[in-house]
Amino acid sequence: MLDHLDLTKLVFGRLSWNAIPLHEPILLVTFVAVCLGGLGMVALLTRYRLWGYLWREWFTSIDHKKIGIMYVILGLVMLLRGFADAVMMRAQQAVSFGENLGYLPPHHYDQIFTAHGVIMIFFVAMPLVTGLMNFVVPLQIGARDVAFPFLNNFSFWMTTFGAGLVMASLFVGEFARTGWLAYPPLSGIAYSPDVGVDYYIWSLQIAGVGTLLSGVNLIATIVKMRAPGMSMMKMPVFTWTSLCTNILIVAAFPVLTAVLVLLSLDRYAGTNFFTNDLGGNAMMYVNLIWIWGHPEVYILVLPAFGIFSEVVSTFSGKRLFGYASMVYATVVITILSYLVWLHHFFTMGSGASVNSFFGITTMIISIPTGAKIFNWLFTMYRGRIRFEVPMLWTVGFMITFVIGGMTGVLLAVPPADFVLHNSLFLIAHFHNVIIGGVLFGLMAGITYWFPKAFGYKLDPFWGKCSFWFWQTGFFFAFMPLYVLGLMGVTRRLSHFEDPSLQIWFVIAAFGAFLIALGIGSFLIQLVVSFMRREQLRDVTGDPWDGRTLEWSTASPPPAYNFAFTPVVHDNDAWYDMKANKFERPTDGFIPIHMPKNTGAGFIIAGLAAAVGFAMIWQMWLPAVLGFVAMMAAIIVHTFNYKRDFHIGADEVVRTENARTQLLAAHV
Amino acid sequence: MSELTLNPTAGADAPRYYLRDEHHPENGTLLGFWLYLMSDCLVFACLFAVYGVLGRSYAAGPSGADLFDLPLVAVNTSLLLLSSITYGFAVLEMQRKHLRATLVWLGVTGLFGLGFLSLELYEFAHLIHEGAGPQRSAFLSSFFTLVGTHGLHVTFGIVWLVTLMFQLGKHGLTEANRRRVMCLSMFWHFLDVVWIGVFTFVYLMGVLP
Repeated sequence: MLDHLDLTKLVFGRLSWNAIPLHEPILLVTFVAVCLGGLGMVALLTRYRLWGYLWREWFTSIDHKKIGIMYVILGLVMLLRGFADAVMMRAQQAVSFGENLGYLPPHHYDQIFTAHGVIMIFFVAMPLVTGLMNFVVPLQIGARDVAFPFLNNFSFWMTTFGAGLVMASLFVGEFARTGWLAYPPLSGIAYSPDVGVDYYIWSLQIAGVGTLLSGVNLIATIVKMRAPGMSMMKMPVFTWTSLCTNILIVAAFPVLTAVLVLLSLDRYAGTNFFTNDLGGNAMMYVNLIWIWGHPEVYILVLPAFGIFSEVVSTFSGKRLFGYASMVYATVVITILSYLVWLHHFFTMGSGASVNSFFGITTMIISIPTGAKIFNWLFTMYRGRIRFEVPMLWTVGFMITFVIGGMTGVLLAVPPADFVLHNSLFLIAHFHNVIIGGVLFGLMAGITYWFPKAFGYKLDPFWGKCSFWFWQTGFFFAFMPLYVLGLMGVTRRLSHFEDPSLQIWFVIAAFGAFLIALGIGSFLIQLVVSFMRREQLRDVTGDPWDGRTLEWSTASPPPAYNFAFTPVVHDNDAWYDMKANKFERPTDGFIPIHMPKNTGAGFIIAGLAAAVGFAMIWQMWLPAVLGFVAMMAAIIVHTFNYKRDFHIGADEVVRTENARTQLLAAHV
Repeated sequence: MSELTLNPTAGADAPRYYLRDEHHPENGTLLGFWLYLMSDCLVFACLFAVYGVLGRSYAAGPSGADLFDLPLVAVNTSLLLLSSITYGFAVLEMQRKHLRATLVWLGVTGLFGLGFLSLELYEFAHLIHEGAGPQRSAFLSSFFTLVGTHGLHVTFGIVWLVTLMFQLGKHGLTEANRRRVMCLSMFWHFLDVVWIGVFTFVYLMGVLP
């Protein structure tokens, strides 16, 4: 036995210098650019001695506001990566006709579309949604932090290190070539023997733990930590949609964990869950992953619905129309989202009865969703509408999302789906709802709450540029795909023979170019707003004439959020306070009990990522050592009983007096 | 809470919009732990469902009736059920504020848990030795995964139990520690409930023709 024990193999597994893609010019150039950029960043941080500040104030922070901001930054950085993938695909499909094979070899192209889907869903949409929920929910419910502040920090780092593994696959080894859900048997060891699928599995498992725990955390926060007087039916709608989203997370992500474990066992231990032989059943994977996957799209879109509700009511200067129906619609969507998963594979052949059931449940979801659209429209009706940037995104959403919703109902008809299954029509549909719904919502939310987070508004000119480029770019990029899909073009192709199709792909590529301008405008907007921050400053804490509790505190809020715990009497708590001539308390401050920062989350998540990396490359010895170290770190952390401290009354007095003076100076 | 539901329009008696004194929101740990347990329950639900689909896919290999040694599993089951009872005794002693007795019962619980794990490992080793390992057929893959995942949970439970016994020894029955004992208690009983499902669904129904 010992003769076979090769120490190099035990330590390095299948990792060797060949894993670095020196022979691929595109990757090599990216790699060099990333390395130089990274080194420049490190140099700058060291030059300005920011490491200590970052570590103490951000990385180890358990402040929900800072964690929320870090989530959003993660999502925006990964958006650039995911969008770069999108542009590469659009460019390839626009040129790769007939003799021209394009510039991407198929095995590279396949990695790109897989990475694009995985990154956009798991590492763009999820962090942005989680980030906004983290930042906003405790403020909206009048709490000082989430229920489990340490867990919050840990969740963030798990998500970030999961994203790190996906990024690592770009330069060390390769990513999966299977599509974003990695269906077996293609993703099984027989057809994907290299590390790509393992990168997929481990990055999602690590990020998934983070997501699940943050779901548990936010549910406990919303259920247990609301300000006195805020009954369930007095919660702001964004808090409601967050609650439902987190319930969905807790009820859906374990399924993803389980199914990925089974796929790993097939790949690592030679079991036969999804193999073609020895009794395996690949369609079971497809069923299980969509039992997670369909709730996942509602996990993303429900918070966006919440954002639109807040924005519409604020910028129409009216109470939200049909609050109760909005809440019930959200809850009904939450429940129904579990009863529709099979519509993703009507073509499996489960028979007319089963397909009808899932087709009908799918169509029923459009009813509560439609109710929401009408509620927003009726909120605007006879309101004093201000077309600020968040409102533009909202109106753009209503138009775009309705189109996407209708093509969705079309796809829910099983006979139609047999024609359109896996065609570009489907691609156009889900981009229509995810960009038009989730992304527009997130952009509205970021613009809306940015002044709360940083104390100054975003520059509206560049915000409007971003909106119009996104809006027009979206239609140019995806309407041609509806046409192509109806003509029968399937997804994930890197080359076409029929030259008559080319014009549509060229139009789509032009749309991607417009979207690039939209993203560029957004980035310029961030820089310009920072430069002009004195003109854009929000001293009141309530820049939009808001209605919910987060606008009652300073911008940015102090670490403790509220000097005194607010008491709620009305749905629009802050509007009610303003209407009743609320006087901000200026004395009688008491010490405030707060949780303490800790580096344990970063360390444990870092070790988890190390274990993941070692498992991907089958480096058994480092994997075992890493696992033991991770368990040890967890146990050591549980021996830390001193997790909180008091912010002294004098410090609260200082902070609040500063705000009193600021407010007085700007009357 | 009654003073908080003042009528906001009550004229001179203006509504109160904040609490002057310190506010202690309810502790969410037990709720959070329940939520975690339910998510874990869903992992098991998936594994049960997978076993339900693949449980008769023998691929011309051995079936449950050929393999399962019910007397052994019966002993195993009783060890786990007894460990739940002894954990209950530990919680009772904790409520009487008897640290020493709590620790003793927790120790007994851990020993029962170890006994359960040993028998399970023996069973697994025996099956693999007979050529009925997890690679043999989809039935055996799902069997080993479902039972093994439960075993893995028991293992983590024991690691947690030992850690907690140290913490109890160090800090006594403080509020934080009592909460931890209750969380582990829920975890331990939860594993018991899952095992009853495994025993019935996998072993008892597995030996049916």
